[in-house]
Amino acid sequence: MTSHLMEARGATIRFGGLTAVDNVDMYVDVGEIVALIGPNGAGKTTYFNMLTGIYKPTEGDILFNGASIVGKAPHVIARQGISRTFQNIRLFPALSAIENVMIGRHMRTKTGALGALFKTPPARKEEQQIQADAEKWLAFVGLSGVANELASSLPYGAQRRLEIARALATEPQLICLDEPAAGMNPQETAELNLLVGRIRDAGVTVFLIEHDMKVVMEIAERIYVLDFGKLIAQGTPREVQNNPAVIEAYLGLGADALMAKHLDEGGDDA
Amino acid sequence: MDIFIQQLVNGITLGGMYALIALGYTLVYGILLMINFAHAEMFMVGAYVGLFSLKFFSDPEWGAATLGLEGMQQFFTGSIFGLIIMFAIVFIFSGIVTGLLGMLIERVAYRPLRNAPRLAPLISAIGVSIFLQNAVLLWVDSRAIAFPNVFPVVNFGYGINSLKIFIVVTSIILLIGLDTLVSKTKMGKAMRATSQDRGAAQLMGININKVIAATFFIGPALGAVAGIFHGMYYGAVIFNMGFFPGIKAFTAAVLGGIGNLRGAMLGGFMLGIIESMTAGFISTGYKDVVAFAILIIVLIFRPGGLLGESVVEKV
Amino acid sequence: MRELIAERLKGVTAKPLFTAGKMTAAQKIGIALLVAAVIVAPILFQGFGQLFMIRIIAVIGLYIILALGLNIVVGYAGLLDFGRIAFYAVGAYVAMWVGIPLAGLLGETLEGWSYFLVLPIGGLVACVVGLLLGLPVMRLRGDYLAIVTLGFGEIVRICLTNNIFGITNGAAGLPGSGDSLAAPAGLAWLRRNVHFTIGNNFEFTFTSNIYWYFVIFALVALSILVIRNLDNSRLGRSWAAVREDEVAAQAMGVNTTVAKLYAFVIGAFFGGIAGVTFSYFQAFVSPESFTFLESVLVLAIVVIGGMGSIPGVIFGALAIQGIPEFIRGFASAGWFGNLSAETVSAISNYRYLVFGALMVFMMAVRPQGLIPQTRRARELLGEYDAIDGHELDAREPGDRANSTRGRA
Repeated sequence: MTSHLMEARGATIRFGGLTAVDNVDMYVDVGEIVALIGPNGAGKTTYFNMLTGIYKPTEGDILFNGASIVGKAPHVIARQGISRTFQNIRLFPALSAIENVMIGRHMRTKTGALGALFKTPPARKEEQQIQADAEKWLAFVGLSGVANELASSLPYGAQRRLEIARALATEPQLICLDEPAAGMNPQETAELNLLVGRIRDAGVTVFLIEHDMKVVMEIAERIYVLDFGKLIAQGTPREVQNNPAVIEAYLGLGADALMAKHLDEGGDDA
Repeated sequence: MDIFIQQLVNGITLGGMYALIALGYTLVYGILLMINFAHAEMFMVGAYVGLFSLKFFSDPEWGAATLGLEGMQQFFTGSIFGLIIMFAIVFIFSGIVTGLLGMLIERVAYRPLRNAPRLAPLISAIGVSIFLQNAVLLWVDSRAIAFPNVFPVVNFGYGINSLKIFIVVTSIILLIGLDTLVSKTKMGKAMRATSQDRGAAQLMGININKVIAATFFIGPALGAVAGIFHGMYYGAVIFNMGFFPGIKAFTAAVLGGIGNLRGAMLGGFMLGIIESMTAGFISTGYKDVVAFAILIIVLIFRPGGLLGESVVEKV
Repeated sequence: MRELIAERLKGVTAKPLFTAGKMTAAQKIGIALLVAAVIVAPILFQGFGQLFMIRIIAVIGLYIILALGLNIVVGYAGLLDFGRIAFYAVGAYVAMWVGIPLAGLLGETLEGWSYFLVLPIGGLVACVVGLLLGLPVMRLRGDYLAIVTLGFGEIVRICLTNNIFGITNGAAGLPGSGDSLAAPAGLAWLRRNVHFTIGNNFEFTFTSNIYWYFVIFALVALSILVIRNLDNSRLGRSWAAVREDEVAAQAMGVNTTVAKLYAFVIGAFFGGIAGVTFSYFQAFVSPESFTFLESVLVLAIVVIGGMGSIPGVIFGALAIQGIPEFIRGFASAGWFGNLSAETVSAISNYRYLVFGALMVFMMAVRPQGLIPQTRRARELLGEYDAIDGHELDAREPGDRANSTRGRA
């Protein structure tokens, strides 16, 4: 019997002849901050897509709270408590910031067609509650001031935070962040690190893909490394940092020293 | 049994026409991922152009005769050789005119919308379709026009006759020709590359606009041929004649796997046969329903069609 | 590019979305005037003997209801439906199948209420039909859905024409000889008692046309009131999400199939009630009222008026269904004395030609319609280019080939 929040067993996905994720075992426990790293094209986002039901693994199993989620539709998995952000931000561009977050509340609320058409008192009440909750999550990521701005008109860093607010509004147990720091300046990145900590403190387990080694080393408690779809290393940041396979994957053979130095200095915006 | 053979013959004849029209849908879909709703009207326009050019060459009270060219008409209608040349001219002329119209439509109605939301070109296409139908209704004739009866029809029994043989054989020749064009020629390769990845094709130096324009020429040209067949087969043309053959040919394209040329051909013949069998053994009133029912069933259960691959939705 | 879009968005009000539901005082006065005009108009037309006008406006009202229903599907949920008229047909035939026996059952004193009982029944039957069609096809991509709905619309029409199950009386239509729908409750009384003259030229009698005129406009008003509520509701937001990014909507737990189904079924309801009313208003239905062209007409109303915009739909119905009818009506009433019969029929014949051209033109130049809805306009004009193209995500599995990293 597993006690992990999320556990992948031999998860594999093939696209035609290409094995994008190859026999990966991985787990995340409640309350952890776990990072998934690897070079471009290593299969990280594909793994997230399997986890959130967008792709179905060709082989293997993924358990969430001990039950398999393989083959379930994305919205079903979301309802079970896995929420996510996207590598290339996928906000609802023509909606305002707060409306984006309000859509995150969709699955936790229940007004149906009749309630919506006739604006019944329960529907009104729920609508107010949705708005209040959305405001709360906007405030949580520090975007209260731009609630009525169009999502697409926000600066890049704010869009990333808005995506996080939208994901949090679904009340997930596990939030999957796909490169949350991409495109952020150092100050925004520092704020993001704090935000990730606060998300965990709010009781949400964090699983993130990140290229920025500085972010990973600072906030992740455990790291998995994918390369060519295979899991090549795992462990604490320190362990992974000194793992020859990881260094090879990132820089090619013979570059151990360079990589070690690079990581010691905190990496860069890869 | 006789009815069965007869309906099979009719079905194959219809199937040839459907296959020709279906190619137009599938070619455009393969490259632009859009359903060219106006394609049914290409078929209709082609039939009208064919009708009038045939009349011009053969009707002693019309066209060439009034210009003092009775001799030409006599040559064309007087011998088998003349007939062959006349039909060749009529098909080629109608194909070119309709093909050019197809290119014009692409330029005016679709090209400005290439990056628009998906709904837009579809609405634009239905607009083109309605426009063309009504243009013919208002400016040509709102009633059916009889097709010149110049093709020598010889019956061979079992419902087989020379016209049906002509339609089926010509269709098959054109289908093989197109298949060769797409798989062997440079333009064909450019078309396939464009349908695989428009951006990459462009980077490789392929002129996308040229490829798309060619697609919009070839499809309507083949549709025009089918339109003339349809006119010869049923003996008349009317402004809204494109609607049902259009939808059936689209069904054929989907049945075979939209975007897949050979699939469209297979689907065309299958649909023609199924329709004829329905008309022969069930009810002529519901023969059109069968096509729609097949379309809906295929889309629900096997949206990739018979020969199509299942496509992983890109995320 | 952005300046260009800003230019095109000029006609679009840029209010914060949350106050979009509130009206200004000017808007309130405008609506009050409109309502007053709608009430006074038939009295004037009837009084001055211009009866055809009442029928024309009543038919426009039916098209408004139809288009409001389609607007939920096309404008709100972003699904293209080319077979909308099928639900109108379902409502119209249900009125005949249920309304006639029901009137008999109710007896002479109560038979007038049969319409009001059939109205929700027709709407609900249309919903059930919409659900049965929608369940399997809602997962289809947009353009496939469009063609499936087209096919469905034609199947319905062909079945009606072929007298399916022997209950439609084929092309001849319903009711068959000897049957008729009951006159609605109160009409006889109104006809007897509401009768007045003013001066020499004005003589008003409450007729059946006037009765249906008011019923139709009550339905239009009710439809507008409830459909307006959808805009800023949980359901309305889920449609916006589905329209803008289906994958992201799913990831947020929105069951996109169910969301689309809701739109389809709610839209079908309005088609159904319009159909029932059409049947009673005309006292007759036949398959030729439900052709593909009618579906296109309703779609043109929504597209040209403005997808997602209720004022746009009303305006669209007035312009598209109304203008040609008014011209024909005025001409046949002899208002333009010198207009020949051919010119008059040409005007109504040319309308489809013009709509076809307009649909092409609008998509290229003003896809948001004449009276656009703010949010929908933004989407249709692609104002949000700022967000990266989504297709890049898809590169992950395949971008190995594009990777340039060194590897010994």
